[in-house]
Amino acid sequence: MTALDSPPTAPDTSPSRNPLDRILTPSRATALRTSGITVASSLVAILIALTISAILLAATGKNPIDAYTTIIETGASGNKLLEMLKRATPLIFSATAVAIGFKMNIFNIGVEGQYLFAALIAAEVGSRLDLPPIVHVAAIIAVAMLAGAAWASIAAVLKVGKNVHEVISTIMLNYIALSVIQWLFENFFRDDSDGGLNVKTTLLPDSGRMPDLVSGRLNAMFLVALATVIAFWVVVYRSRFGFRLRASGFNATAAATAGIDARRMTVTALLLSGAVAGLVAMPSVLGEAFAYGPNATPIQFGFAGIAVALLGRNHPAGIVVAAMLFGFLDSTSAELQLAQVPNSIVKVIQAVIVLTVVIVNEATIRRLNIRTAERARAELATGGAS
Amino acid sequence: MTATLAAPTARLTRLQRLGLLALTLTAVMSVTRLTTGYDNLTSSGTIGAALRLTVPILLAGLAGLWAERVGILNIGIEGMMILGTWFGAYGAWQFGPWAGLALAVLGGMLGGLIHAVATIRFNIDQVISGVVMNLFAFFGVRYLSELVFVGQPQGGISQSPPQSSAIPRIDIPFLAGGSIGGWQSPDVLGWLEERGWFLLGDIGGVGKGLLANLSLASLIAVLLVPTSAWILWRTTFGLRLRSSGESPESAESLGVNVIAVRYLGVLISGGFAGLGGGFLAIVSSSYYRQGQTAGRGFIGLATMIFGNWRPSGVLAGAAVFGYSEGLKLVAGGSITGLFLFIAIVAGLAAGVAAMLRSTRRTSVAAIVAGVAVLAFLTVDEVPESLTQALPYVVTLVVLATASQRLRPPARAGVPYRPGGAH
Repeated sequence: MTALDSPPTAPDTSPSRNPLDRILTPSRATALRTSGITVASSLVAILIALTISAILLAATGKNPIDAYTTIIETGASGNKLLEMLKRATPLIFSATAVAIGFKMNIFNIGVEGQYLFAALIAAEVGSRLDLPPIVHVAAIIAVAMLAGAAWASIAAVLKVGKNVHEVISTIMLNYIALSVIQWLFENFFRDDSDGGLNVKTTLLPDSGRMPDLVSGRLNAMFLVALATVIAFWVVVYRSRFGFRLRASGFNATAAATAGIDARRMTVTALLLSGAVAGLVAMPSVLGEAFAYGPNATPIQFGFAGIAVALLGRNHPAGIVVAAMLFGFLDSTSAELQLAQVPNSIVKVIQAVIVLTVVIVNEATIRRLNIRTAERARAELATGGAS
Repeated sequence: MTATLAAPTARLTRLQRLGLLALTLTAVMSVTRLTTGYDNLTSSGTIGAALRLTVPILLAGLAGLWAERVGILNIGIEGMMILGTWFGAYGAWQFGPWAGLALAVLGGMLGGLIHAVATIRFNIDQVISGVVMNLFAFFGVRYLSELVFVGQPQGGISQSPPQSSAIPRIDIPFLAGGSIGGWQSPDVLGWLEERGWFLLGDIGGVGKGLLANLSLASLIAVLLVPTSAWILWRTTFGLRLRSSGESPESAESLGVNVIAVRYLGVLISGGFAGLGGGFLAIVSSSYYRQGQTAGRGFIGLATMIFGNWRPSGVLAGAAVFGYSEGLKLVAGGSITGLFLFIAIVAGLAAGVAAMLRSTRRTSVAAIVAGVAVLAFLTVDEVPESLTQALPYVVTLVVLATASQRLRPPARAGVPYRPGGAH
């Protein structure tokens, strides 16, 4: 390793603390510096990604400056704010679901199947319930979370009971979910009262609908999304359970010596992740379509959620910011189309951003680790001499 | 390696055993056909369709195999296949079908290159890179379609203009009635198929399905199976490839350039996936369509898993799914006949297990046979939506029940840095 063999750097003049202590328990200043580096490296990564995207645009004969000007002007006009929040809502749910898994070192690629299954079950159950207004909505949300968790539990059982890796099982379960949903919908849940014209489940009664915050533009599910992120932060970063979850995800063997059962943590994390995943389609089911339908219920949010979680570094605040960024980029597609730029470029830019951010993050962590090791060596060397 | 040393003697018996197995299965299928009257079970039409549906899955499975054998997981096969469908259709539309296939391979390799740079050069999580690859490819080709295909006759954002020519198809002379220099040779297999005799009729149907109206692209794809096996297990280069996936540190200590080998493996993987996509856009149909891959990249990944990371296993898995899809396409009603087929096979397996005095296997096989008989007697129609899930369910069942017998490359999915062992 060249990095470790290089001559030790000059010891810094900061007030000396025990070097080992400094590595193991970072001070507030170190923590602040780390998050500063995180934000800075993310911004650098986004700049690199925009440059790469500009090259892609130019290579395909489109003027990148036109495209970016359109995006910036659309943002500066401010009238996309509500649409941005609306588009960010399902992304926040989806990314939180993915992030819960990541905290336990579980890659839940199955959010897609979990939320679509939950949307069908919740819409169907919700249309059959007869409850007072607020209770009705709460019941539908609860059913959605249970259904999402139920679908995720298959992957949990396979992982804990049969040691089947969750990446493979959730990929397979996504496709199985699509089949099961289609079968249930076509044979049992489809509302045929319109003579087969309606390709949805029975519409929810008024008591089962979530009101809009701004009529027709932003549903109150946005507030539920924010509440979910806050709950995620409290549970994962401020509770005993969250500490055990992160400890087990960080190093399952070490955590097991402290009495933390990795299998139990795996099951809990997957069930929680599935429960939150169950909420992804709720803005549509409760606030827009008032039913499940193959053409009415949005798809692909499970995969977009993975991208948002990665971009937000699985941190609650990061997820919200990343979801807003993606929501904003999505909201510019009409203007881009008007400016003769195919709006799918937005999704390409998003993919490039995520890949670049992950790569830059990896490189940054590696550099930081090397520097920390160098500094520790240097300090230990001088400490031994004095 | 032991396998190489034991090869001369073991290989012959393995071939013989495989032949015997194939003959037994065909005989059971013949009994099923004669009992149920579902002639389509082994008709040349079904088998021909099965072959066309097998090839893309097979190529996706081989793509997974080449990547994982050098130590890199490839969840992005689906995305690389999408790139293959688009570039393949573009090339075939502009320059003809063979150029289309070549461009499809290049398109897939472009995806492979991105995946390789991200996972090998920058060491990011291989699953993440694969997931992003799928997103990137799906929307990337949509963007390209809007630039290139929109405004062309019959083209659009989700569809390419149709191609004017196709990859040539051949009939093998003497067996499937191909002509040599204008002289029509006899169609032996077709003649047998028409007779419909026990076993011989089925051999005729299967043989003709495989050898008549055979696209040269299918032929090439099937030949890639023994080629892959030969390169990976019989050449020095293959040994280097596999050692990079099993124990990169040891490989490096013996002078193997692990990084270069991994790049090559992932590039080849992308090329296979791209070819599979190109096959879908050029041979299975004559234009690109959004969603054309329909999850075949993941089915390929599945066949790789229960094909135990071996080319022959991938072929077998792809053939099972291709056959069930082909049967569904040609004669959906015949699919219940498969229950009887499964029942007889499971019954025979139970008998063999009983002779070997394995109580557990006997009971499992007997239960499967019982369930299959019950299904054959009661189920009239299998819902289309549920049969689609078959490959994925089978994968999960195999992983849950037989994972001890699976042996993935030891270091697939683990990032590697040169000099890491020092």
